[in-house]
Amino acid sequence: MEFVSQLGSSTLDGLSYLGSLASLGARAAYYTLVAPFQGKPLRLQRAVSQAMDTGVRALPILSLITFFIGLILALQAAYELRRFGAISAVATAVAVSMSRELGPLITAIVVIGRSGSAFAAEIGTMKVSEEIDALETMAISPIRFLVAPKFLAMMVMLPCLTIWANAMGILGGSLFGVAQADFTFVRYIQASIDSLLLRDITTGLVKSVMFGITITAVGCLEGLSTGAGAEQVGRSTTQAVVKSIFLVVVVDLFFTVLFFFAGN
Amino acid sequence: MTTGQILPASPIEPVLSLRNLRVSYGEREILHGISFDVLRGETLVILGGSGSGKSTLLRTLVGLEKPSAGEIWIKGRDLAKTSAAEMDEIRRKIGMSFQGGALFGSMTVGENVALPLREHTRLEDSTIEIILRLKLQQVGLEGFEYYTPAQLSGGMKKRAAVARALAMDPEILFFDEPSAGLDPIIAAGIDELILELKRAFHMTIIVVTHELASAFLIADRMLLIDKGNIVALGTTEEMRSSTQPRVRQFLDRVAEPEISGELDYLQMLTAERPDAHNAAGKRG
Repeated sequence: MEFVSQLGSSTLDGLSYLGSLASLGARAAYYTLVAPFQGKPLRLQRAVSQAMDTGVRALPILSLITFFIGLILALQAAYELRRFGAISAVATAVAVSMSRELGPLITAIVVIGRSGSAFAAEIGTMKVSEEIDALETMAISPIRFLVAPKFLAMMVMLPCLTIWANAMGILGGSLFGVAQADFTFVRYIQASIDSLLLRDITTGLVKSVMFGITITAVGCLEGLSTGAGAEQVGRSTTQAVVKSIFLVVVVDLFFTVLFFFAGN
Repeated sequence: MTTGQILPASPIEPVLSLRNLRVSYGEREILHGISFDVLRGETLVILGGSGSGKSTLLRTLVGLEKPSAGEIWIKGRDLAKTSAAEMDEIRRKIGMSFQGGALFGSMTVGENVALPLREHTRLEDSTIEIILRLKLQQVGLEGFEYYTPAQLSGGMKKRAAVARALAMDPEILFFDEPSAGLDPIIAAGIDELILELKRAFHMTIIVVTHELASAFLIADRMLLIDKGNIVALGTTEEMRSSTQPRVRQFLDRVAEPEISGELDYLQMLTAERPDAHNAAGKRG
């Protein structure tokens, strides 16, 4: 009985958290997509500088990680494919699994670590030092001022980063292809491109947009719900990372199932 | 002296009126029915110890907390029953200087002060620039517009926060603990600034503090609040000559009897009005 009631209350907690995320997302969407046409301009300048932070500055580390992931994928695939004498299928294996799954996912995880946590820390610190309160007393919506530019930046930058990650993964795979599988570099790239269908890339990009929304919503919500005291900022940051990773995987699963049954 | 009562009808209209204001956090009621008026151009200092409810009162007055009952009248509108849009309109008429300044760390001092103007007005950049200079001059921070808040000292941060609060030419200016965390000389400077705003602009100013010296210096009237109730409300002279035990204890800085155990402490935290029905126990 105890167990059932605990299960019930944690289910309710989970649902109410999802509700808060959705409400934050909806309000941010209003300020990003609707309000600019009602004479409340979006802070584009902030969105651009945010995009620099979450996007452009993530490129070096993301490139390195996805390059290695591509190489690892090639090695792992070759281990199995070698037995069937199909080592030339390495290019296909790497290209498809990068664009459909690992590109978006690894990008999301890197962005969670860099930006999701930073959102929570930035907004959490502002909450603790009464800056969020100050915005409200100045009749400036914190959602419009702080959250909406982040949403815009993430929704644009995450797909861009994902495309870059796919390319770097394929590049990583090519290192193995050239060294061990009798490909020339050009032929490896050609084989990768030939093996990819447009929908392999678009499904990955759809996912990455959803990941961007999820990461921003969780990071900002954790920041905004920071309690009093500096140590709470640390707690919010950790929570943002843990919850984002979990929710990104859930969103990933949802869309993968959806695309699977939709024949994509 | 009035004690927790509405002031008699005055020829000067109040800019802010509270009627039986109650505020709760969840189950716990923090303010148990507060009523008073703030008159145009006066400086009202709200005094009270830690946990007295004075900060909650201030947060409610600027609309950061929703009252659970009662009325707050500002400019002919009841804050407790306004829509979000009306609330924003009222907020443009008030300025608030937070305890730590609450300046935005990612912006310069100038951008901080100009922010409300950029957000709420369609003024040209050059006009905003002029207003910005003027406001910084008023608080004695001329030439600091390109500094970031991190480069300012504690007292300068508070001055910058005052400049930002003044940006929209508010009718009521709120201060949360203006001298907290400042050395006595800097704190005296902030008191001077408040007095000057009062003299020069006849601004209505509401200050929450527990610094007695500063309170007596800047106040026209004082309000002592304890455990969510008004203990006393009166002019500084009335306060000084008050014989009320709780007022005397606060003004003469008499220590509270030691907390003797966990139960006492919990009771102190959850204490309700003596006359209220209280399951947790009775206080003397």
